[in-house]
Amino acid sequence: MAERIAPVRRVLGSWDVIVLLAVVAVATVGAFTIEGVASPRFWRFVALEALPIALIALPMTLVVITGEIDLSVASVLGLTCTVMGQLWVSGVTSLPLLIALCLLLGAVLGAVNGLFVTGFGLPSLAVTIGTLALYRGLAYVVLGDRAVANYPREWTSSAIAPIPGTTIPWMILVLAALAVVFAVVLHATPVGRALYAMGNNAEAARFAGVNVRLTKFWLFVATGTMSALAGVFWTLRFASARADNGSGLELAVVAAVLLGGVSIFGGRGALLGVLAAVALLGVLRNALQLAYVPANTLTVITGALLIASVVGPNVAGMLRERLRRRRSTAPTATPTT
Amino acid sequence: MPTPVLALEGVSKSFGAVAALRDVHLELHAHEAHGLVGENGAGKSTLVKILAGVHAPDTGTITLDGRPLRPAGPADARAAGIAVIYQEPTLFPDLSVSENIFMGRQPLRSLRRIDTALMRARAAELFDRLGVRLDPDRPARGLSIADQQLVEIAKAISLDARVLVMDEPTAALSGVEVERLFAVTRSLRDAGTAVLFISHRFDEVFALCQRITVMRDGRWVSTDPASALGVDEVVRRMVGREVSAMYPRQDSAAGAPRLQVRGLTRRGAFADVGFTVHAGEIVALAGLVGAGRSEVSRAIFGVDRYDSGEVLVDGVRLPPGDIAAAIRAGLALVPEDRRQQGLVMELSVERNTNLPRRWRLTRGGLLFGGAERRAAVGWAQRLQVKAGRLTDPVSTLSGGNQQKVVLAKWLATEPKVLIVDEPTRGIDVGTKAEVHRLLSELAADGVAVLMVSSELPEVLGMADRVLVMHEGRLTADIPRARADQETVMRAATGQAAAA
Repeated sequence: MAERIAPVRRVLGSWDVIVLLAVVAVATVGAFTIEGVASPRFWRFVALEALPIALIALPMTLVVITGEIDLSVASVLGLTCTVMGQLWVSGVTSLPLLIALCLLLGAVLGAVNGLFVTGFGLPSLAVTIGTLALYRGLAYVVLGDRAVANYPREWTSSAIAPIPGTTIPWMILVLAALAVVFAVVLHATPVGRALYAMGNNAEAARFAGVNVRLTKFWLFVATGTMSALAGVFWTLRFASARADNGSGLELAVVAAVLLGGVSIFGGRGALLGVLAAVALLGVLRNALQLAYVPANTLTVITGALLIASVVGPNVAGMLRERLRRRRSTAPTATPTT
Repeated sequence: MPTPVLALEGVSKSFGAVAALRDVHLELHAHEAHGLVGENGAGKSTLVKILAGVHAPDTGTITLDGRPLRPAGPADARAAGIAVIYQEPTLFPDLSVSENIFMGRQPLRSLRRIDTALMRARAAELFDRLGVRLDPDRPARGLSIADQQLVEIAKAISLDARVLVMDEPTAALSGVEVERLFAVTRSLRDAGTAVLFISHRFDEVFALCQRITVMRDGRWVSTDPASALGVDEVVRRMVGREVSAMYPRQDSAAGAPRLQVRGLTRRGAFADVGFTVHAGEIVALAGLVGAGRSEVSRAIFGVDRYDSGEVLVDGVRLPPGDIAAAIRAGLALVPEDRRQQGLVMELSVERNTNLPRRWRLTRGGLLFGGAERRAAVGWAQRLQVKAGRLTDPVSTLSGGNQQKVVLAKWLATEPKVLIVDEPTRGIDVGTKAEVHRLLSELAADGVAVLMVSSELPEVLGMADRVLVMHEGRLTADIPRARADQETVMRAATGQAAAA
């Protein structure tokens, strides 16, 4: 049995490496065949576009590993944008204060999700589909169809300012720092070990002293907070707070997490693969745009790629699961009377 | 005697290497209630499942009214005339009582519409025959377990069941409800139905049944008229086997009290449970399945909350319902269900072993692979876990080795109090002896061991004292010198309260 599983596991174990290689491959091929891909401007644009997705994907990876999901992230982002705009219009002119208030809002919105999921024991899929609509609706309540766009120029330009001497936005460094934090938590702390344990078998994790509900609650708070951070960035990058900001972004985030090799059933996955998947989707999309692939075709291509890539690791996982099930449904050796 | 309604001849059934039934004989006659008794694991449930069509026997024949019966599934067995009433019936909660009775065979009107009026009338007629008052229109949700069983019995009658199998039907019933169930059962019996009644309560078996069959270790032991048997004789036949030399219990002097449980109560599960386990002592918690032993150990460890009472480790009170606090205080629980509660099957041996004490392996808040590896290797070697690599998922190990990993993971926390719930269930004989030796060593090192076990030989072979539970209450505290199979079985079945 162990011998039969081994090759599958080896492939799965290096899934993040495969995705990384795919990024390099797409970039290389693109650089030689599509004009503009080799230019620094291209990479700057890819980075700016991928930033909010990556920021949210960090906590989302942890959430999905525990077997939950948060689909309200883009709506949290949108609501944060509108509240930030409204606060600015109402006279809050300190940027640090604005950011702090927005992050607090995101934490509260995440806590509401967490409370419904862990406090009332509801499925996170249902809860966050509900708050997806609810938070987006609230965003329209705050700003309606208006847009707040009159932010100071130094704010908006500093949000997208490059690292001196390069074209890479400095926010990438913020992302890198946060990614290190999340990666260390997930892969090198007792908390991370507990996340994998509860994603595979919440009951056994609980019997080993893991506070499953409290941990999940804080993960939803983290997701809300990071979505708010992405919202702040979004507002400043586009110099526009609108109720429909980032609409549909939750699918891009979930797609990247799954393409990155995280099992939708929980318990498996790594952060490196997810970040590589964010990059892969960003590079592919922008390169194809440069190649004048029509927008509709682009959507079809990325969609197909997603399905293929998500199906890949999961089919392997499902085969393994089926083998395991077949063994475990073989009569158990303990008839009780 | 006339030909039996149902006859089992040389029926055997094995699950893997475990023989659950070996060459079992049983004859049920019309107008007869037949009692079936035996210890936990004697094979009663397997027998019921074979009659219900859930399992097919490996060998042997079943004849119903003289014709051979080989049901392909539960529906087949039901159609042939065998109805089974379980301890907890499974009705469709949102359907009405009459819909439940006629599920899948509703009377129809033209255009295949269900004739609800006729269905209701027939249900009412059935309840009249049973002499019970139940509204056929009310939904099944909210019915008491006793009423749910009556619905099942009504269903059985509507199917013209020849054989009514009742698998511990009274376990969750009150005295009045038992009386009503018995009245219904007697009237069915007198009308010609053959009844097979399985129960741990001897008074009920003797009150209802004309003949009693005893099973032990999957084998038929005896069938006799109830009038020719006494409770003592039945108990003796149920447990009659020797304690083998599998239990290397070394004597150790009991030290200071380590685990103290006082007045522990959770409504519906157990009441006023109090005992003390001392350092160096192995205390067994015996009783029948459903007596509340696992529930008590779960409550002590903090898996479940309790309504009142307290748990102390080394004199310090534990906060209820807080597993992490219990682990910090030095408690460890090897749970009953290894695959669901004891291990995360998909994770590696190493990760499983280190999970409860993951915080203690950190340096500066971080885990380093080397430290984790070394910690796991040490325990795997001490317990002689046979695994390919420690990074292999624990699901690739054999049952016995999986149980060793569970033990390793808790011994690694260096517990003061170790609770083991059915520590040797479903593992091979060799590993069993190893586990026993290990428990004995731990006690010698001053650990207080509380062992929940349904295996009497294990209880008697290992324990310094035997606590016995019956229906959620502690009924006996028997010192090693006075503990024997009959004393324990009597207390476990609520016969005599041994002091």
